[in-house]
Amino acid sequence: MTLAFLKPEHRQRLIYHVALLGGVALLTSAAIGVADHLTRADIARRQLEDLQLTLQQVVPASYYDNELVRDTVTVKDAAGEPLTVYRARRGGQVQAVCYRVKAPGYGNTAMVIALGVDRSGTLLGVRVISHNETPGLGDKIELGKSDWILRFTGRSLTDPQPEKWGVKKDGGAFDQFTGATITPRAVVKAVKGGLDFFAAHRALLLDEAPAQTAATAPGSAGEKRL
Amino acid sequence: MNEDYRGIFADGLWRNNVAFAQTLALCPLMAVTTTATNGLGMGLATTGVLLASNVVIAAARHLITQEVRIPVFVLLIAALVSLADMAINAWLHELYQVLGLFIPLIVVNCSVLGRAEVFASKRAVLASAADGLAMGLGYTMALMLIGGCREILGSGTLFAHASLLLGDGFAFLETTLIPHYKGFLLMLLPPGGFLVLGFLLAGKRVLERRQQQKAAKRPDDVSPKPQPSPSAA
Repeated sequence: MTLAFLKPEHRQRLIYHVALLGGVALLTSAAIGVADHLTRADIARRQLEDLQLTLQQVVPASYYDNELVRDTVTVKDAAGEPLTVYRARRGGQVQAVCYRVKAPGYGNTAMVIALGVDRSGTLLGVRVISHNETPGLGDKIELGKSDWILRFTGRSLTDPQPEKWGVKKDGGAFDQFTGATITPRAVVKAVKGGLDFFAAHRALLLDEAPAQTAATAPGSAGEKRL
Repeated sequence: MNEDYRGIFADGLWRNNVAFAQTLALCPLMAVTTTATNGLGMGLATTGVLLASNVVIAAARHLITQEVRIPVFVLLIAALVSLADMAINAWLHELYQVLGLFIPLIVVNCSVLGRAEVFASKRAVLASAADGLAMGLGYTMALMLIGGCREILGSGTLFAHASLLLGDGFAFLETTLIPHYKGFLLMLLPPGGFLVLGFLLAGKRVLERRQQQKAAKRPDDVSPKPQPSPSAA
């Protein structure tokens, strides 16, 4: 592997070290660039599949005949963060929307929760997509571990009343689970926040408002992103 | 030069095992070994990276100078891990959903840099490949053993979700050893990992001491005494 023209004493020169390090950096960056080019389309497709799977869980198939992931609108939420909303249409009319909200879990690690909401503001489904809660305690928010998360289905801002949107320990209507209060409390709060978001932007989300600055024509925003 | 491949594999799998003898790479070990399946997946991914990094570094060992070797190794290993991360995400997406968080962790696995420095930068390509494979398999074995113990004690199952990792053909591996088990949470949390690792390390010591005593009792035995683990660094 030695290069014949390189005498051992040449390798002690500073320029050799610089060239070696630079060469290796260049080679590795090139390899990563090529790999990125080769895998980008596949990775995007897989992420789209994951997203579709999530959306299917919170919005029943009977609510739409369009391609959910391509019909999006981006709206600023209460904290001023842009939130992508996926719209389920049937016969052109928006029947339900789906979006993801974040919640601070136990130890302030982020939980991501997907909500499906129909035209009247009733929850069609709620799923925790990712979390870092303690295994065996806080992770009962996963559907695989417990059916707790299904209790949100059919609820809305009027059922229970807004002041009852909390865990039982706080005088609310939702059960906490043994050994964990912080996690369910955070989930309940985040779901209520999601419903408040729907109530605040209802017309825009349902594509019934005159076009505003934040609103986009159906499809255009989504296609750019994909 | 004749390489002692038997010795290389004995080192990797037992005498100088990454986890049980060198006690290196414990951070990814504690993080993933809540089930035997996770341990196996992480172990195989690490083995792949170890093998590739050892081969690349051994092949380039005459070009790499003493002064800049560490940054060069780091660059090469980081690039290999990034490639593995992208490839698994794109083409083995089910595996990625199980292991995704842990694959970038391989880059801070000190045993990869350790083998580059101790072995691959001084030895031929083939021997380095054997070393990478042996060390990786030894690490995989350790991860699976610790994962298996924690899984049985913590949740009463063994190889849960193995079919997600290996394909549907391996669904038979998934067993529930203790039905209606309430679970022993401590074992799934990091302290459980340290406990299991501690007991396994102690067990390995006991076995080795017994072997030594056996060898000492038979002075007429011509076979050489088992060597105490040679230190890696």
